[in-house]
Amino acid sequence: MANDTKVAAGLYKQTLLAGLWRENPVFRLLLGMCPTLAVTAAVKPALTMGLSVIFVLLCSNIVVSLMRNLLKPHLRILMFTLTIATFVTIADLFLKAFTPVMSETLGPYVPLIIVNCIIICRAEACASKNNLIVSIIDALGMGVGFTLTLCVLAGIRELLSTGEIFEVPVMPDAFVPWVAMSMPVGAFITLGLLLGLVNIISKKKRKT
Amino acid sequence: MDTLNILIMGFISIVIVNNLVFTKFLGICPYLGVSGRIDMAFGMGMAVTFVVTLSGTLTWMIDHWVLMKLGLEVTRYVCFILVIAGAVQLVEMYVRKFFPSLYESFGIFLPLITTNCAILGLCLFINLWEIDNLLEAVVLSFGAGIGFTMAICIMAGIRENLNLADVPDCLKGAPITLITAGILALAFMGFAGMIR
Repeated sequence: MANDTKVAAGLYKQTLLAGLWRENPVFRLLLGMCPTLAVTAAVKPALTMGLSVIFVLLCSNIVVSLMRNLLKPHLRILMFTLTIATFVTIADLFLKAFTPVMSETLGPYVPLIIVNCIIICRAEACASKNNLIVSIIDALGMGVGFTLTLCVLAGIRELLSTGEIFEVPVMPDAFVPWVAMSMPVGAFITLGLLLGLVNIISKKKRKT
Repeated sequence: MDTLNILIMGFISIVIVNNLVFTKFLGICPYLGVSGRIDMAFGMGMAVTFVVTLSGTLTWMIDHWVLMKLGLEVTRYVCFILVIAGAVQLVEMYVRKFFPSLYESFGIFLPLITTNCAILGLCLFINLWEIDNLLEAVVLSFGAGIGFTMAICIMAGIRENLNLADVPDCLKGAPITLITAGILALAFMGFAGMIR
């Protein structure tokens, strides 16, 4: 019995860590690119987006995991999408009510969480096959991994485009802002270079 | 004449100035996934154009004639995604029955379109821009599809040549595609402000 708990604990830890680095949704699986590129002009909207995704991912994983034995194979994807759409509506209304300015900044990218591939991928790959606890841990790992990635990307872009982080100036006065970084160009190129960096790091790790 | 003017301007604006891929970051997943070969990219673009025109029109009709009349705007997202999934299913069945050869060439792309953010994104943007004219909604949806096709075909053309280039090891695959897309976005930025 004690051995079982140990094995389970190891599995939970592995699931949690997988989302952070080994199977990081953005860097490794290339999922959820649209919000990654669109909302990372500054850290604040990126963080809001990340938290909304964690909420939706957690709720949908819980629901899908609970009803996994009732699902008919051919209606599976439709049920996932409807579950996700319901929770996204909740998140959207919540943001509209409590942070109207942020809701305006994010615009249609909040409802676009519905078609964010990360969530449907986790529902399909994890929640529809595993029990409740594994699904919850997986959702947390993936969600936090996604949020951290967004914040890293947004941090770099905000720092270079305005010289501020979290709207607090950090660069010396002589710094000339790179306006292009806050535009689509900056998003594409920063993400491309970051992916290259991740490739280098993981290759070094494999060698040692 | 005035309406025609608005329609033409709207079309050009959604194809070039507000291109979904380069300025709104919509449909990036298929953009990275199937831009390897130009014929596949064109097939994907055509499939998306068809579905986006259909679902853009349908969601506009449902939004204005049903949801707004009944005060059910809260259920908008759920309805939109249902319409899109339904439209994709319908198109798939229709094409399979009547154009088997076309169906073969679309292959896996058709079902994948359901989760293409460009489709839902466009429906939401039409809603956000407060388009209150059915014809304008149809033209915008069609233009969005054309814009997507154009973007993905340009990318496929570049990537076919990129295969021959000497790209650093760590940038091979997705990273170099993203950087190329960035440079393309820079080019498209030149059109910004041309039309509202």
